[in-house]
Amino acid sequence: MQKYLTLHPSFYGIFTIFVCSKAILMFLSKSLSTFGKYLILMGRTFSRPERMRMFFKQYIKEMSQLGTNSIGIVLLISFFIGAVICIQIKLNIESPWMPKFITGYTTREIMLLEFSSSIMCLILAGKVGSNIASEIGTMRVTQQIDALEIMGVNSASYLILPKIAGMITMMPFLVCFSIFAGFVGAYATAVIGHIITIDDLTLGLQHDFNEWYVWMGVIKSIFFAFVITSVSAFYGYTVEGGSVEVGKASTNSVVSSSVLILFSDVLLTHLLS
Amino acid sequence: MIEIKSLYKSFEDKSVLKDINCVFENGKTNLIIGQSGSGKTVLMKCIVGLFRPTSGKILYDGRDLVCMNKNEWKLLRREMGMIFQSAALFDSMTVLENVMFPLDMFSNDSYQERVKRAQFCLDRVNLLDAQKKFPDEISGGMQKRVAIARAIALNPKYLFCDEPNSGLDPKTSLVIDELIHDITVDFNMTTIINTHDMNSVMGIGENILYIHEGIKEWQGTKDQIMNSTNERLNSFIFASDLFRKVKEANQ
Repeated sequence: MQKYLTLHPSFYGIFTIFVCSKAILMFLSKSLSTFGKYLILMGRTFSRPERMRMFFKQYIKEMSQLGTNSIGIVLLISFFIGAVICIQIKLNIESPWMPKFITGYTTREIMLLEFSSSIMCLILAGKVGSNIASEIGTMRVTQQIDALEIMGVNSASYLILPKIAGMITMMPFLVCFSIFAGFVGAYATAVIGHIITIDDLTLGLQHDFNEWYVWMGVIKSIFFAFVITSVSAFYGYTVEGGSVEVGKASTNSVVSSSVLILFSDVLLTHLLS
Repeated sequence: MIEIKSLYKSFEDKSVLKDINCVFENGKTNLIIGQSGSGKTVLMKCIVGLFRPTSGKILYDGRDLVCMNKNEWKLLRREMGMIFQSAALFDSMTVLENVMFPLDMFSNDSYQERVKRAQFCLDRVNLLDAQKKFPDEISGGMQKRVAIARAIALNPKYLFCDEPNSGLDPKTSLVIDELIHDITVDFNMTTIINTHDMNSVMGIGENILYIHEGIKEWQGTKDQIMNSTNERLNSFIFASDLFRKVKEANQ
């Protein structure tokens, strides 16, 4: 037997396949278990709030905390990205064969189709996601969630539902602000940097405009807003331990929501285009 | 009154509570004592419903917690108040908002009436002046008093305290103990306190349950504890020189 094990090469192949299969099965089992827990939490979250006045109070607070407080970073990043896209397009695809409106046109399409919805949501996953996970995680480890449960409050609904609703409400506005700031950034390159003339840029931004692209960005962003808030809340709510675990939950929430945004972006772009 | 009948609790293969039988009467301060890891926090969590017992009964004035449906359980929870070891106040709310929270969630009173009730509870714990402060702006002892005010806001029938004196100096601990005792008598509540503090045991222990390795080892009053012949209880209670000398002086 010993001789067979050491000599027969197919044994190692079978052994490797067995180990890999086991690892894949364990990963799938863990993923399914996590997904199941996520669904159970969402089931508890989407139940009728105990007090509508408390829900609306929290809802307004979350709109301010998650949405309004993100306007600054959205405007800042979108402004510079809009400007950089305009410069790059102008410098890299400038050719006598290209129409003059191509720079403005491409800048608009990139801002509308990808940056202001998907990439901005990736950025917000970092800011808002870590905020939600650490806030709820800290409430868990300091027994504030236990206190809510003892009082008879559905803690999942009280804490998570206003965050999801608030972020979903604010996200379309953030998308619009981002598109606007991106265009302002592009104009800044024309006015300050003289990279392109204002007329050419305006012509490009208006050329062959398809209104559906704006709606597409808004629809995608609403879906991403749900992903960011629910996934981050799940990681925060299920924290066990102390401050180290809260930190890990915060990191995991950003990583998971970013990956999910990227996957669902492919799917949604395919479905909506 | 809360009755525990043949309560068992296990985590996978590890048995934490074994055949606990006891009665916690109303209008009295009932204390659960025991060494760290003896199972008293698990017992407390089973009683308040944060853990489901493996077997046994937990009767709240005859209503079995284990057999309750969701609505009955929800109604029972509104009859409970709990003070956590860490006070567990909501960081984002002021002291007044913390005390008002259960009223906002479950009371149909007007805003003015809710404020009045919350201020009454804060006055009861001598913290009316701190109502506009946030939890991180007040001391640990004050946080515990706010937690007591929040716990009694809905006038509960059952009050649970998980190590209310942990991290407090002896003088503040005494204030908290007296406050809990007075509230228990005034509102005729069934109060269960989970504690390590021997000063609390000697001060307000009207019904003391000693747990050792998940088993009820002894039950009695603070007066009976001085004359107890239970070796495990004596080695736990009289571990400090001070209490040993008090016992010797009494004898």
